[in-house]
Formats: sequence, structure tokens, C-alpha cells
Amino acid sequence: MKERLFDYILQLGDNSLILGHRLSEWCGHGPILEVDMALTNISLDLIGQTRNYFQYAAKIEDKGRTEDDLAFLRTDRQYRNYLLVEQPNGDFAATIARQFYFDSFHLLFLQELVKSKDEQLAAIAAKSVKEVSYHLRFSSDWLIRLGDGTEESRTKMQEGVDDLWNFTAEFFLMNDLEKEMAAAGIGVDVQALEESYYAQIQEVFEAAKIQMPDYKPGQIGGKDGMHSEHLGHLLAEMQYMQRAYPGMEW
Amino acid sequence: MSDQQILNLEERFQQRIDAEIKVEPKDWMPEKYRKTLIRQISQHAHSEIVGMLPEGNWISRAPSLRRKVALLAKVQDEAGHGLYLYSAAETLGAERDQLTRDLLDGKAKYSSIFNYPTLSWADIGAIGWLVDGAAIMNQVMLTRNSYGPYARAMVKICKEESFHQRQGYEIMLTLAKGTEEQKAMAQDALNRWWWPSLMMFGPSDAESTHSAQSMKWKIKRKSNDELRQQFVDVTIPQADFLGLSVPDKDLKWNEESGHYDFGPIDWDEFWRVVKGNGPCNRDRIKARRKAYDEGKWVREAAMAHAEKKKERKAKLAKSA
Repeated sequence: MKERLFDYILQLGDNSLILGHRLSEWCGHGPILEVDMALTNISLDLIGQTRNYFQYAAKIEDKGRTEDDLAFLRTDRQYRNYLLVEQPNGDFAATIARQFYFDSFHLLFLQELVKSKDEQLAAIAAKSVKEVSYHLRFSSDWLIRLGDGTEESRTKMQEGVDDLWNFTAEFFLMNDLEKEMAAAGIGVDVQALEESYYAQIQEVFEAAKIQMPDYKPGQIGGKDGMHSEHLGHLLAEMQYMQRAYPGMEW
Repeated sequence: MSDQQILNLEERFQQRIDAEIKVEPKDWMPEKYRKTLIRQISQHAHSEIVGMLPEGNWISRAPSLRRKVALLAKVQDEAGHGLYLYSAAETLGAERDQLTRDLLDGKAKYSSIFNYPTLSWADIGAIGWLVDGAAIMNQVMLTRNSYGPYARAMVKICKEESFHQRQGYEIMLTLAKGTEEQKAMAQDALNRWWWPSLMMFGPSDAESTHSAQSMKWKIKRKSNDELRQQFVDVTIPQADFLGLSVPDKDLKWNEESGHYDFGPIDWDEFWRVVKGNGPCNRDRIKARRKAYDEGKWVREAAMAHAEKKKERKAKLAKSA
């Protein structure tokens, strides 16, 4: 059980880590100074959540590994994040689409995780819920602004949501680990969130004058370590120092 | 207004400055005072924004989660400083978008230090320690400058900068206490950043064109050379504590003056970089221009959306 819990926490931490990393790539390059700062804020929140998860996971594992060992010293197949969060930033509309899809799920997820029988997980979730409500407000507001802005912004926003739609399926298709954790009252029954997720998405799309994508989402694999080509590059960069100078204090 | 009236106003303005009364946005001020301040404050704002780039270069490769978070927060603080400063410049009648375009068109300057590359993780430590350290010398002085909004912005900025400086020094300390490789990395960073840091204070007093009037108006209270000396005096003991040495064979303690003597600065290099031919000048401006150009449709969309919302609200109010 301990091992399974460890794996489950890693999966949660990996999502925050990889998306936090992606958002940090915007820092210094945002379209508006205020937006630059807001994206960095979200990145900081997500990496902060990662640290909470990984510190807890390291403690459960009890083999002397640290949060940094978990973050920087695994190979790509050992990362459990959703395919969505590793997708490149693209233009600002693509970043907002990715963020909106994730935030919408993330908030629903955390609102359930606060009820976890595992007290530590529930506590991390309770702290994160507040942050993620703000993230969702930011991404929905921008989705609406871009969807209902100019012709150009609407086209870009539509393209962003169409392109990334495929990756939303992965949130709800439960793997064995998730089923086990949900059954034990520790993890979240994500399948049960599916309906309200898509209903919420539709509501924001309507406000944004964005069309629901016309295909059924189905791309999965990240949760089981089958990633896109993008993750390897992200890790090569993120792990550079730890790989080039092993075992040092920074 | 007659010339005599302006002369009287200028005299009264100077009297207020001499009496240490802060100038506020609505007060009368000589046009040249306003222009000097806009130039200086916007240069400072641009430096914060361009300064995000060399440090941002290491965010994706920060060696630990703790360092990654600290570096992100630091670069974000710089964006925040840029914002306060642009706002301070706006109180003088400048417009942020115009100031930004002046930067992108190469009409406005920013601190030349950011035209040097960050080549290793140790550079992040060295920048915090030396570059922020040098900036603080200047900024502490500016908290007492005669223009109210600028002085107040500086108080806030100084607090954050001194935190950054300590953080940078702590990175250096960790490296200096680390392996031989880490120590070499730290020494290499110091070697590359030392002289450019000394150049941050600007030309020597004899060469400085803006200084005399700025001192009289209390926009500036210490000369470039005084500030530079002050920086050297506090920094050398810090380098000693790290067990690192600055790349200056002429450096020595002068018992008589109570200061460190240091070798000549390569002013040719200084002017070369100021004039646009440093290692990264083109890259930095290109990166800023790219963000600006690629953000154009986003800014337009935000405006268009705000406009639509306003119209809808007006319509609703009418029909009600």
C-alpha cells in the first residue's frame, strides 16, 4: 500500500512540476508585463505544490531520497504526468487553452482530494484549492477575452482549444493505481468528475463564443509513462545540472 | 510666461529642493528636470525588464526545486520593479507604451550589465551578489532623491533588492563550500562579472555629462566614483570570505585613505557595450521585441473585449 501511495503522490506532483516548468518558460517573454507576472505566479504555485507532494512522497518512501531526487533524477518513462501538461507553450492562446483545460480539472480534483482519508494529502489539497481557484479564474477570463476579442484572437483561441482537446480524455480514464486509491478512500474517483468537467467547459466556451471541438478526445498514455516527444526535451533541460554534476549541493 | 517669471519659478523650485522638500507630480518643475527624470526612471525600468532575460536564462535549468522557485520569484520581482518605475515615469506625463517602443527602437538605454551572457549556474549567484549589490548602492541613494514618487518606489525596490543580494551571495557561498568544480564555477563567474559590475556606476566623474545638474537637483546625491569606491570597499571582504579573488592585480588596501585601491577600468569596453556592441545587446533587444510583437494581438484582444463589455453594459443600462 505504501508503495502504491508513493506512486500516486508522484503522479500528482509530476503534473504540477511539468506544468509549472512549462509556465516558467514564459517568464520574461509574456505578451504584457502583468500577464508575465501572473503566469509566473501560477508557475510558482504549481512548483510549490510539487514540493509539498514530493517531500511527502520522499518521507513515505523512506529511502533517503529528497524532493530533488524525485524531481530531477528519474527517466522519462518514470514520469506520470498527463500528456496535456507537457505540451509546448505554443502561442499565448495555446498556453491559455492548456491552462484552462488543466485548471478546470485540477480544481474539481482538489475539491475531492480534500476529503482524502490520508490527512497529509488532504492538507496539501486544502492549501492548493485556494491557489487553483485563482488559476482557473485567470485562465477562464483570458479564454473569454481572447474568444470574444478580435477576429484574430478568436481564431487563435479556437485553434488552441481544438488542438489540445484530445488530451482531456486522460483525466478521466482511470488506471489501476487510481482505481485502487479511490477504492481505499485516499485518491479521487476521477471518472465521476467527467460530466461536470465537460459541462463547465461548455459554459465557459459559450461565454467566450468558442465552439466545442468537433471530435471525441482520446489521447492517453502519460499517467502510465508513455509520453509525447516533448517531454524528453523538457527533462533534458530541467535535469541538466543534476545530471552534469551528480551528487552536489546547490 | 515671461522669462523673468520662469526664472523666479526656477529659483523657488531650487529653494524647495535645497530645503529637502519633495517634488510631487502636480508641482511646477523645470522642463529639464522632468525630462531628466523621465530619462533616468525609464532607463531604470528598462533595466529591470531587460534584466529578466539573463537570469531567466537559468530558470529552466535551476539545479534544485528550491533554487528554481527562488529564481522565478526574483525575476518576477524585477517585472514588478519595472511596473512601479513605469508608473513613476507616468506621473511625469510619459506613457508606458511609448517608453517601451523607445527601448525597442534603440532610443532608450538600459543598464549595460545585462548585455553580458549568463554561462553557468554560478552566474546567477554572481549577478545577485555583485549586480544587485552594485544596484543597491545606487538605489539606496535614490530613496532620498528629490522626486517623491521615484523616491518612494525606490524604498520598496531596495527592500527586495537587498533580499536578492543576500540570496545571490548565499548561492556563491554554497558553491564556494562545495566541490572543486563548484568552486571553479564560482571563481569563473566572479572573473567575468567583476569588471562589468564596476562599470555599472557609469563613467568616471570627470567624464560624466549629466552629473552636475542632477546633483544640484538632488536627483543624485553621490558621484559615480564615490559609489563605485563604496561598492569595492564592501565587496572585497565578502569575496575574501568566499575564498575567491577578484581579477585585479592592482587591488590593495590603502591604509592611508581607508579604502581599497583598484586597477584601471577598461573604458573602451564600457563604451563599446553601451553603444550596442556587447556580447548580447542584439539578442536582448530582439527578445524584447519578439515578446512585444507577439503580444500585440493579445493586447488588441484585451482592448477589444473591454470595449465590447462596456458597450453591452451601456446597452443594458439604456434598456433598463
